[in-house]
Formats: sequence, structure tokens, C-alpha cells
Amino acid sequence: MEVLPSIWFIAIAVLWTGYLFLEGFDLGVGMLMKLFARSDRERRVLLNTVGPVWDGNEVWLLTAGGATFAAFPHWYASLFSALYLPLTLVLLGLIFRAVAFEYRGKINTDRWRNAWDWAIVLGSFVAAFGIGAALALSTTGLPLNANGDRVGGPFAWFTPYALLGGLAVVGFALVHALAFLMIKTDGEIRHRARAWLTRWLPLGLVPIAAWVVAVQLLHGKWFSWVLTVLAVAAAVAAWLLARRQAEGKAFLSLGIFLAAGTSAIFSAVYPVVLPSTLDPAFNLTVANASSSDYTLGLMTVVACIGLPLVIAYQAWTYWVFRRRISAAHIPDSHTVLPAVVRKVLKGQS
Amino acid sequence: MDPLEIARWQFGITTVYHFMMVPLTIGLGLVVAFMQTLWYRSGKAEYLRMTKFWGKLFLINFIMGVATGIVQEFQFGMAWSEYSRFVGDVFGAPLAMEALLAFFVESTFLGLWIFGWKQLRKGLHLACLWIAVIGSVISAYFIIVANSWMQHPVGVTLQDGRGRMVDAWAVFTNNTAIVAFSHTIMGALAVAGGFLLGIAWYHLWRRRTDGIDTVDENGRVVVGEAAGVPGRDKTDHKVWLRSLRIGAVIAAISFAGTSITGDLQGKLMFVQQPMKMAAAEAACHDGTQFSVLSVGDLGSKDCSNIVAVIEVPGLLSFLAKGDFTTDVKGVNTLVPEYQAKYGTNLPNDPKLGDRAGKAIQYVPVMEVTYWGFRMMIGFGGLAALAAVVALWLTRRGTVPASRWLMRLAVFGILAPFGANAAGWIFTEMGRQPFVVAPNPDVTGADPVFMYTAAAVSPGVSGGEILTSLILLSAVYAALMVVEVKLLTTYIRGGVASAMPELAHPGKDEDSGPSSDDTDVLAFAY
Repeated sequence: MEVLPSIWFIAIAVLWTGYLFLEGFDLGVGMLMKLFARSDRERRVLLNTVGPVWDGNEVWLLTAGGATFAAFPHWYASLFSALYLPLTLVLLGLIFRAVAFEYRGKINTDRWRNAWDWAIVLGSFVAAFGIGAALALSTTGLPLNANGDRVGGPFAWFTPYALLGGLAVVGFALVHALAFLMIKTDGEIRHRARAWLTRWLPLGLVPIAAWVVAVQLLHGKWFSWVLTVLAVAAAVAAWLLARRQAEGKAFLSLGIFLAAGTSAIFSAVYPVVLPSTLDPAFNLTVANASSSDYTLGLMTVVACIGLPLVIAYQAWTYWVFRRRISAAHIPDSHTVLPAVVRKVLKGQS
Repeated sequence: MDPLEIARWQFGITTVYHFMMVPLTIGLGLVVAFMQTLWYRSGKAEYLRMTKFWGKLFLINFIMGVATGIVQEFQFGMAWSEYSRFVGDVFGAPLAMEALLAFFVESTFLGLWIFGWKQLRKGLHLACLWIAVIGSVISAYFIIVANSWMQHPVGVTLQDGRGRMVDAWAVFTNNTAIVAFSHTIMGALAVAGGFLLGIAWYHLWRRRTDGIDTVDENGRVVVGEAAGVPGRDKTDHKVWLRSLRIGAVIAAISFAGTSITGDLQGKLMFVQQPMKMAAAEAACHDGTQFSVLSVGDLGSKDCSNIVAVIEVPGLLSFLAKGDFTTDVKGVNTLVPEYQAKYGTNLPNDPKLGDRAGKAIQYVPVMEVTYWGFRMMIGFGGLAALAAVVALWLTRRGTVPASRWLMRLAVFGILAPFGANAAGWIFTEMGRQPFVVAPNPDVTGADPVFMYTAAAVSPGVSGGEILTSLILLSAVYAALMVVEVKLLTTYIRGGVASAMPELAHPGKDEDSGPSSDDTDVLAFAY
């Protein structure tokens, strides 16, 4: 039993759970910009619910990636190089989305805003789908040789599991975003979000539930099955609570669903971190993919100090920006004009 | 298609591009935090305006740095999987720490600063900015630690064919990292200084051209107001004059800083990467002279056709060792030394594909190292000189009316960017053919080093990397156009572009936290 590698396996599971929980709703809010919001003012309500926090949420992805690099270099190297093209698309999606959040309101024309709205919608969708596909493939396997390199060409990763994982995170993000909007907005948007949530929650969670169950059928252990049952129960609870307009509790239940679901997945695949579909002897495991105990020990100390701090100040951020936002709060857009004394003015004087 | 060459181009392009935004983020962040501190302490309107205006430009730039930074972290695994496997044990740690200890801080507290003008008390709001900015400086430290380890691998041994960290203290206090970090921060401040100087110059010039400010018979400024233009009041003049002076002083001081830290780097390079030193000079033979101009085929790599036209005797020895007599080894001496120590051919490893067993070219591309080194120093020096001249020209409170001088000041913004890019291109290209340069201090044990040719992902095809290279380059080019367009729009708008309330006089410019229901969003996207 490798103690430190196992601890880091858990740490990475925690980082991915944190990422999906937090960025889940801002990816979903991004995808809902065109689908759900009905006017520019509503789109700005959506944007501003995640405005102060989306960037901090995204760092969970970088930390999950960085921690994988530091703690499991072989997992990081094999997974990222095998998924070269899909991850390129994820990067492009994240770039467009990030820039769009910041630039959308900077020029006051419909054409400008519309272009960036699409950047947010498509960027969020592609990023959510690609990250879901990558995570799913890390649990179901890739065609890796003894060195951990992908064989079979640039699209050898493309399997039904990639599709399932992509849909899983997209579906979850949409549902989670509706629940988030329900607790973060007021007025008509809040009611619509609740109505959409109760209508679409069951369908939206089907792919992610299917992925959890698929992993159980492939690698399940008794306790991962227990977690699976817990996840399904939390999903049902979220749905019932949303119907009863218990908004906060419904959101929390979705969080429990996610945590139980990811725990079920990660605990089922343990100790394998990335299976090879060619030969089980080529599987990457917590033992053969990890860094030295020295590095893991150092990282453990750093994480024990850093992670609680991150959680504390991010929680504080949500507290500072706790108030619900409605269309009435959105200030008018303003147009930036050059600060130049114009000829007309000169003529008047 | 050789995946290696394409992957190198991709890493080079994405990194240089990313590093257009990073120094401005670090430098301007520190400046804006300083300005807001002045406002917090004095309550003067001009400092609030400076904070808002420069803060707006800071944010337009910041987001591009964030967006392109993710690419950096991902492509180690995507395109350089063998590298990641070889160094992950030691190189991954600073990257993970950067995310966990610095980038989280930076992005979370910046979100609080952007949106928290009304939600947070003034002092706390200012503290959030300082925390975010310090986060970005710490972030730079971790990244430099990682990069410097590639230049000078310390605290590591070779075990089972891979690097294993044995001394974290050595890694995080690597002398290469400490001086490179100082050099980078100074370089970032130089960028911010030039940025402030050029833009503030434009506005002072605009005020003169528009007839708002005039000069009296002694050449001293007479400040006026333009009622029809939001923000163009008397305070506005203070905003630009102070910004200009702060910028010029920062530019001058930071150049002194880059010179001192750069000199320390040169002395380390002489010991740690002698070939890079020789390549910086295109020096074939041992000697003491610094080349001011060398001509000929610098790329010939065998030194047969390089003629030094102007040289300063002794200067190179001073850069390398601090005296005027030490011979600095040239390429012709170093190549046999490297071959004796590290071999003449790449290993016959099937993972290397076509590159297996090929002869190793130990001399970096000397056109790049030679000119990169000179562009870094030249651009940096020009910018500093311009800053001192600018302080002199503006001593009577405004800028000369010359349109050409204004254009020069604005165009001069690019010089420190050029110096930063040239410096990085020099140091990274000068490290070749190694991705992890061998540490010459390591004797006895197996030295940890890696050839760039052995670092690329064996399973990824050239076509895949080319696809991403084309996509990323196209998107980056388009986004550069958008960023510059936005920056230009907001710069031309003056302070009012960042403070629309200036267009509606009578409204309170400066108010603290409030529970008014309309203030749920002090700032809104």
C-alpha cells in the first residue's frame, strides 16, 4: 500500500470535485447565455452572477492539472499527450470564454456583444465537453503502450465513453447552473431557473449517472457501489427539493450528488489512474505513475497549508457577493468616446 | 513533418505571446496598487482617477495573460510528455505550487477588487488588490523557479533514468532562480513604466493640442478645462502629469535594476552555461572582448565565417567574471568539452524516432542568441534613456506640442516589451540543444540533463501539433488585434472611459461601502 501516492490520488479527486462543483455552474451559466436569457439585460444578470468568481473557479482546473503533473507525472504525460486534439479544443474554448467574460461589456454595440456571447456559449460548451471526455477516458482507458504513449493515431481516443463523459459534464453543468441561478438571482429569472431546473434535472443528469454506473460495472467495489446509490439518492432529493421550492437545499443536494458521484468513480478505479485498453500490464497506477515520496511529502505539506486557505478565502468571496442579482440591478451600458475636443464644440465657443 | 520542430515553434510562439501580457500584468498591477494606496492615504481625486483608469487597462490586459497561461501548463503534458515524465518529480512541484499558492490568490482577490468597490470597506478593498498583485509576483517566482531549474538543475539526482528531487530547498533557492526572478520583476516594471509614460504623454499632448493647456512665456504650463469633454478638467492634468512622472521614474530605476540583476545573471551563466555565454557573443575563440558588432554567417555554426567588426577588449571578461583579463571560452573550445562530457550522438532510443543516434549540435542558433542579447540590452537602454529625457522635457508641467515626439513616446511603449521578449528568446534558445541543461557543478554522480530532441511526445504526430499551432496562432493573432483595439479605445477615452460617472457631474465620485439596493453591483460586466 503506497500511502503518499494514495493520499495524492484522493487529493486529485478532491480537486476535480471542487473544479466540477465550482466551474460546473459557471460553465453552465456560460452555455445558458443564449438558451436561457431572453434579453441583453438578462444575459448581463447571468454574467454578473459568476463575474467575481469564475476566474477563481477556473484555477481549480489548473491546480488539478498541476497537482497531477507534480504527483503523477506519468498520468499527466500519458493522458494529456493521448488527448492532444481534444485538449487543444478545450484550451481554445477556455481562452475564448475567459476573454469574452472580460471584453463583452467593453464596447457598447449589439454586434460586439453578440459575438462575445457566442464565444461564451461555445467556449463553455467545448470546454465542458472536452474536460468531461478527458475525465471519462481516464477512468475507462486509452490505447497506451508500455511507455504510456497512445497508439492508433490522433483519434484513437474516440470511443462512446468520450461522448458519454462529454455529455455528462455538459448535462451536469447545465443543471447545476440552473440551480445556481435559482439561488443567485431574483425576479423573473429566478422563477424561470427553478421551472427549468425541475423540468430538465432528470434528463440533464442521465449521462453523468450513466458514466458513474458504467465505471461501477467496469471496476466497481462494494463501497463505490454504496457511493453510487448515495449519489442517485442525492439527485432524486435535489429534484424533489427543487419542486418544493427549497432552493438552497436543492443546490446543496446537487453538490452532494457530485461529490458522491466523483467519489464513486475515483474509488472504483483505484489504484489504477489510467487504464491501458491494450494490456492491463501497461495500466498506470498510483504506484507506477507517481512521484517520489520526497516530492509527495513536500506537496502534502504545501497542500495542507494551501488548500484550507483557498477554501476559506473563496468561501469568503461568495459571502461578500452573496446578494441576489436581478435585472433591476444592472446599470446601463456606457459608450467609450475619445476624450477629444471636437470641432463642433470649438465652433460653438 | 518533424513533431519536434513544430512543437518547439509552438512552445516558443505561445510563450513569447503569453509573456507580452505577463510583465504588464505584474508591473502595472504593482503601479495600480501603489496609486490606490496614495488615494487611500490622501483621498485626492486624481489618485482615484489614476487607479480607475490604469486599473481598467490592467484588467483588459490581465485577462489575456490568464487565458494564454493555461496553454502553458497543458502543453508540457500534451507536446512534451517525455519531458514531463523525466522531470515531473521536481518540475511539477513549482507548477502545482504556483496554482495552489499564487494563482488562486491572484484570481480570487482580483475578482474581489473588480467587483468589490462598494461591498468592501476602503482599506479591505485596497488590501484585496495588494494581495492579488503580490499573488502575481509570487506566481512569477514559482514559474521562474521551474524555468531556472531547466537552466541549472539543482537538488536532484538521477534514479531509474529519471530526475528525482532530493533537496527542495536547493530547488527553491536556486541562485539562477533568485537572480532571474529579480531580473524578471525589474523587466516587468520597465514595461509598466514605459506604458505609463507613453499613454500619459499622449493625453498631455492631447490637452495641449486641444487648447486646454497652454504655456506661459517661461514655458510653464497653464492648466485649463474643457467643459464639453467628460473628465477633461484641471484634475485631469494632474492625473497625466503624475502618471508620466511615476512612469518615467519607474522606467529609469527598473533599467538600473535590470542591469544589476542582468550582470549577476551573466556571471552565473559564465559558470553554468558557458556555451550560452559564447553564443551570446558569437564568440568562436577564447577572449576577453565584448562584440559590439559582428558580421558574417552567424548561423553557420562552425564559426568559419564570423568577423567581429567592433569589439571592446576586457568587457566580456567583466560581464562574465568581474575582471578584465579572464578568457571567456569560445565555441571552438567548448564544443569538444561538451562532446567529451555529454557525448557526440543522441542515444539510440526508439522513442526518439528519426532523431535516434543523430549527431548533437551543441552550438545554439547564434543569429538568435547574438542579436537577442543585443536587442534586449538595446531596447531596455533606449527606453530608460527616453524616460530620463521625458522627465527633463516635462519639467515645466506639460509635454512639448510636437506631434512627432508624442508618437515617439507612444511607440516607445513597445521597447521594453521587445527587450523582455528578446531576453527570453535569448535565454531559451541559448539553452539548446538541451531542454534541461546539465549542471557543470555536479561531479561524480550521473548529471541530470535532457536533450530537447528527447523531450517531445513520442505518440503525438506532427500533424496534430501543426493543427494546434495553426489554431492557436490564428486565435492569438486575432485576440491581439482585439486587445490592442480595446486598449486604444479606452486609452483615447481618457479617465472617463473607466469612470462613466465623470460624464454625469454632481454624482459622488468617491463613496465607500453602501447598503443601497442599487449598489448590489458596484461594477457590472
